[in-house]
Amino acid sequence: MKKVLTTPVTYEQIKDLKIGDTVYLTGMLATCRDSGHKRVVKEKVMPENFEFKDGAIIHAGPIVGKDENGKQYMVSIGPTTSRRMEAAEADFIEQTGIRVIIGKGGMLEKTTEACKKFGAIHCAYPGGCAVVAAQEVEELQGVEWMDLGMPEALWIMKVKEFGPLVVSIDTEGNNLFENNTKIFKERFDKLV
Amino acid sequence: MDESLRQQFVRTVQDFTAMTGIYLPDDVEKRLRELRQSESIENAKTMYDCMIEDLSLAKQLHRPLCQDTGVLQYFVEVGTEFPYLADIESVLVEAARKATLETPLRPNVVEPLGEHNTGDNTGYGAPYIEYDLVPGGSDLRLRMYMAGGGCSLPGRSKVLMPLEGVEGIKKFVYQTILDWGVNACPPLCVGIGLGTCAATSAMLSKKALLRPIGTRSQYPEVAKLEDEIQAGLDSLGIAPLGFGGSHTVLNVNIEAAAHHPATLGVGITTGCWATRRGEIIIHKDLTSEIISHKKALEV
Ligand code: SF4
Repeated sequence: MKKVLTTPVTYEQIKDLKIGDTVYLTGMLATCRDSGHKRVVKEKVMPENFEFKDGAIIHAGPIVGKDENGKQYMVSIGPTTSRRMEAAEADFIEQTGIRVIIGKGGMLEKTTEACKKFGAIHCAYPGGCAVVAAQEVEELQGVEWMDLGMPEALWIMKVKEFGPLVVSIDTEGNNLFENNTKIFKERFDKLV
Repeated sequence: MDESLRQQFVRTVQDFTAMTGIYLPDDVEKRLRELRQSESIENAKTMYDCMIEDLSLAKQLHRPLCQDTGVLQYFVEVGTEFPYLADIESVLVEAARKATLETPLRPNVVEPLGEHNTGDNTGYGAPYIEYDLVPGGSDLRLRMYMAGGGCSLPGRSKVLMPLEGVEGIKKFVYQTILDWGVNACPPLCVGIGLGTCAATSAMLSKKALLRPIGTRSQYPEVAKLEDEIQAGLDSLGIAPLGFGGSHTVLNVNIEAAAHHPATLGVGITTGCWATRRGEIIIHKDLTSEIISHKKALEV
């Protein structure tokens, strides 16, 4: 059976999740990547129409189109490399109370510690599978920070069973990609 | 050039650009499906299935298969007898702009050292255009590549001591993919360039990436190295997407040039599972033929 998280996401909903588990997300989701993180963490600016607390963000820069009636819709949205947000993510978690962070690949130590300390998880969505993801966006509800350009703006979406999301950092501080990296490294050591 | 002819020329390149964002080239899709078939790990199969579903949804909905449609790069090989030499540049720029706005592709391009997005993927040096002249020819062979962010990140170039030899090359490639491969959406296409300096090795590695999967270097020693590095990388088992499976790469290509005996330059350029490159021949009467996507366009 599909395990579905629904926003607002409580600590209860995620505390038993383990790395490697596959989940889906239903509810509200906003894109937030490099410049968005800078804005929140450095400039202390919060979006007006999106609640980070107990919420979910995705490291992603989408392609947004307009339909015949001029209404914006999600053409294509996939995750971008989460590791780029490593320098800011721990502060982001602490300052906003975000619960679910979605992205591509894993994140490092500081984020892992913050997830454990503040009760958050990081999930990996299969990179590049952007049309599949766009089909799971029910409605594009708004956008903020358009001055940053289409990829960097904060797009607010209503999603239904958005996934597959593989838990890559759990609330106990386990890190799937760090574990995998160790395995890859052992194989590398045998090679050279 | 006559305006209606010019518009026809723009349209051809615009459609070709959009197509490159929506469909994978035949060789890449074929190889991706082969990896799915040969994969035995359950989680890995799920990821490949998601990619393959993405390809069919993109075709069906006529949308870019990955949201990161990259920075547009054109590689022009043009005959000196092609009648519209002087128009190529402005046509490519206009086609890139129109393809971006009308497909739509994601407007990625930002101004140097700034956050200001130009809004249409054009700007100084964007789209990137490289020219090769073919003496006496009359066709335009246009290849393009969409340089995504994640898949461009592993790229690097380094000059080794010649004594480091083949082992040195392997180690540099393995280390680079170990450090950066996960976030480049593997299975990867890996292009390796061997030359004299950092710059030429990097350029050769791009050329290697543009070469279709299944082709091998004309030099037996180099072809052997292509196979060895491919096997070596696969033994790391990073694909799909760093979750871990039976492969790391779709392919490894090497372009090697005669070089200075005192240096061994090695360049690496990577493409992701969604390596989007295209090839079209445009004749002097502006009729054209797609080379890279024959099968993809069949249905
Ligand atoms: S690495 Fe490739 S598939 Fe992955 S997000 Fe970037 S362009 Fe898309």
